[in-house]
Amino acid sequence: MNKRKKTFFRASSYLLLKSTSMKIFLFLFIGIVFCINVHAQDKPVAFKGALVYPITSKPIQNGTVIVQNGKIIAVGDASLKIPSDAVITDAKGKVIMPGIVDTHSHLGGPEGGDYSAALNPDARAFDAINPTSDGFKKALSGGLTTLNIMPGSGHLMSGQTVYVKMREAKVMEDLIIINEKGLFGGMKMANGTNPMRGTAGFPATRAKSAAMDRDLFTKAREYKIKIEKAGKDSTKLPERDLRLEPLVEVLEGKRVVHFHTHKENDILTAIRLIKEFGFRAVLHHVSEGWKVSNEIAKSGVPCSIIVIESPGGKLEAMDYSSTNGAALSNAGVLTGFHTDDGVTDSRLLIRAAAMGVRAGMNKEKALEALTINGAKMLDLSSRIGSLEKGKDADFIILSGDPFSLYTKVEQTWVEGKKRYDIAIPADKAFLVGGFKVYSTEREEYMNHDDEIGN
Amino acid sequence: MKNLYKIIIGLLLTPFIAHSQTAIKAEIIYTVSGATIKNGVVLVKDGKIEKVGTAKEIFIPKNYAVVSSKVVTPGFIDARSVVGLSGALNIPTDQDQLEKSSPIQPELRAIDAYNPEEKLVGYVRDFGVTTMHTGHGIGALVSGQTMVVKTKPGKIDEVTLVPFEMLAMTIGASVEGNFASPGTKAKQIAMIRSEFLKAQAYLQKKNDKDTAKRPAIDLKYEALGKLLNGEVKALITVNSTNDIMNAIRLAKEFNFKLVIDGAAEAYRLIDEIKASKAEVILHCTMARNAGDMVNMTRESAAILTAANIQVSIETGYEGYVPKTHVLLFEAALAVTYGLPYEEGLKSITLNPAKLLGIDKRVGSIEQGKDADLVLFDGDPFEYLTKISKVMIDGQWVSKN
Repeated sequence: MNKRKKTFFRASSYLLLKSTSMKIFLFLFIGIVFCINVHAQDKPVAFKGALVYPITSKPIQNGTVIVQNGKIIAVGDASLKIPSDAVITDAKGKVIMPGIVDTHSHLGGPEGGDYSAALNPDARAFDAINPTSDGFKKALSGGLTTLNIMPGSGHLMSGQTVYVKMREAKVMEDLIIINEKGLFGGMKMANGTNPMRGTAGFPATRAKSAAMDRDLFTKAREYKIKIEKAGKDSTKLPERDLRLEPLVEVLEGKRVVHFHTHKENDILTAIRLIKEFGFRAVLHHVSEGWKVSNEIAKSGVPCSIIVIESPGGKLEAMDYSSTNGAALSNAGVLTGFHTDDGVTDSRLLIRAAAMGVRAGMNKEKALEALTINGAKMLDLSSRIGSLEKGKDADFIILSGDPFSLYTKVEQTWVEGKKRYDIAIPADKAFLVGGFKVYSTEREEYMNHDDEIGN
Repeated sequence: MKNLYKIIIGLLLTPFIAHSQTAIKAEIIYTVSGATIKNGVVLVKDGKIEKVGTAKEIFIPKNYAVVSSKVVTPGFIDARSVVGLSGALNIPTDQDQLEKSSPIQPELRAIDAYNPEEKLVGYVRDFGVTTMHTGHGIGALVSGQTMVVKTKPGKIDEVTLVPFEMLAMTIGASVEGNFASPGTKAKQIAMIRSEFLKAQAYLQKKNDKDTAKRPAIDLKYEALGKLLNGEVKALITVNSTNDIMNAIRLAKEFNFKLVIDGAAEAYRLIDEIKASKAEVILHCTMARNAGDMVNMTRESAAILTAANIQVSIETGYEGYVPKTHVLLFEAALAVTYGLPYEEGLKSITLNPAKLLGIDKRVGSIEQGKDADLVLFDGDPFEYLTKISKVMIDGQWVSKN
């Protein structure tokens, strides 16, 4: 129930205690105000004359996008009929495409597990994030509308991730988006260097890392069987276990595992684990993905990749290649782009598509990798990731070609509300930076030393 | 018989002779020092630019190897990097840019550490960086010396342009993270000033007429002495307003040549920087706005340039992933935030060449300068443009 309705009903109940004539007067007054507000929300907004990239269908020259009540109600060419009460915006010379989906972000300070253990399925980024973080304004200036915010990679399993829309927010409930599986997040896992701290509770070798994962999933599988055996008899149910419950969701295929992995052998180990326990996952980073693109394709597991300026920084990133996007997508792997903000900046995600194309990626696939593919990885493709009737009105207006250096994100809309406008100086400040523009960034910038234990 | 020998020797030497003479025809030549040339030719001979001009003006001799390109620019000059000392693997044994045994070590030479075969040297070369100002890094009051190298393949003596270019210094929170002392800003400055005073005293004593009174050679004070007598510049990494002022104050007190490196908040100190005559190397446009960079703006290059402060852009230092940046992309992004196009090119060519004192050899496409060139199939700044070839000292060097 939305806020206005709540207020309306609360006000109505209060009035039952007062005098009759006053009640009637106030009731009518509130009713009229309520209707005016609701009616104002009803008006469709139409954007005309733009090059429209619906993503799931061909680009439309001189296209039209109409949104209302937070949804896309129509997408078409210049001949599309526009409702008579629509507010019309001339978007001639602009490009309109779906809002960008970042499948891997650390904006807002999403701490997960701590130094005590390598496996933390019960820790939730949801409990840690600052919903009013400046970082979200930065994300909006870069055209991002949906994020998968994750705890770090310094653990085998750092905790539950959270899927958020870049809405105006005071509390976490304002931000989350519930997906097709009824969940608002996945489960973050990692292998390779970062979790191998060698300190108490953490593995120091690859075999130990995999053994710890398998041990936990085995326990989760047994727990799941106990629950199934109990059937409708609640006395036979095992005690609730906050660690194992989300893993049952993983084993049921409801909760997606987001698996950070870089090297060829680590990628294949992750796939082996996924196949042994039969869960759904997305591989993240896959720096050496280009080496095993066929194996990844055969496994059917999607990949979310990063565009970084150079290889190096650690052994497992030495053979990072900018050709990953091309190699994976050409092999038939569902491929998406992410920032891993703060490793790379949310404002630069749009450029990942162009850099992918520079290194050999197909242009359509590159745009899909910014939008619909990420939506699929989060089980949100029925609501976001393309400009189609009935989907959320999450879109961005660009000054030009999405593959050009010179293009800027001019507006970012989330569920039919304009959340960023480059013409507004206070908004533009988050794109450009400046003195005391960012105030919360300092504490929330992910400190890799803490995460990795280096 | 003599003629036959000459012919045989000539034939054997032909491949080498052919390589030392090249003609590059291009739709656009950005000379940087002069007007942009449309439909031009660059002649390269014996590692130098022999001639540059329009196709009409320049006759291409028969034995020159001819290459065509859409666009040609001078080779890029990274105003400040740590590539070659700070290795890609990022493990203690390949990180030579910061010695943590003591916060002031000006005697540490870059030439004793630089590895020309480090993976990232070839990586940046493929993106058109032909000259690098590299060496000791960030995080110590005086971490050591820097040098200037060409990124072409070769042994250290073959690639070194300037063995001792500047003294690398840092004032800021990062220093306190690396040493037990200094632990505060005031201590950082006190320690530097103290050492500079000792260096001044050392230099004075060296000139004593009584040779018995002269001090023993001290590598540390010899190096500091070169800064104090103006032979080399101080490359001070400072980003916050206060730290930039600290650097300016020090330069004034000890009368040395200051290069402000990083300069995230320099846009707030235009007048002070101009009055001090300090030079500026600007951080990456895509630097993370965290730590003492939190107040950075992408418009810095534009703001400083408009105020007539020459800007050189650097790739700087990265402690994790990615291990370095692509200089071309950093300048490109600055151009979309108000920096004029030609100034964007200058910020990675002629401006750093002048700053490093090597503009007689590099930084523009002019007769007599080194043949360091980058060939593009379109607008050099555009995302979808590719670099087709890179030339250093007249030789093709890239894998593109």
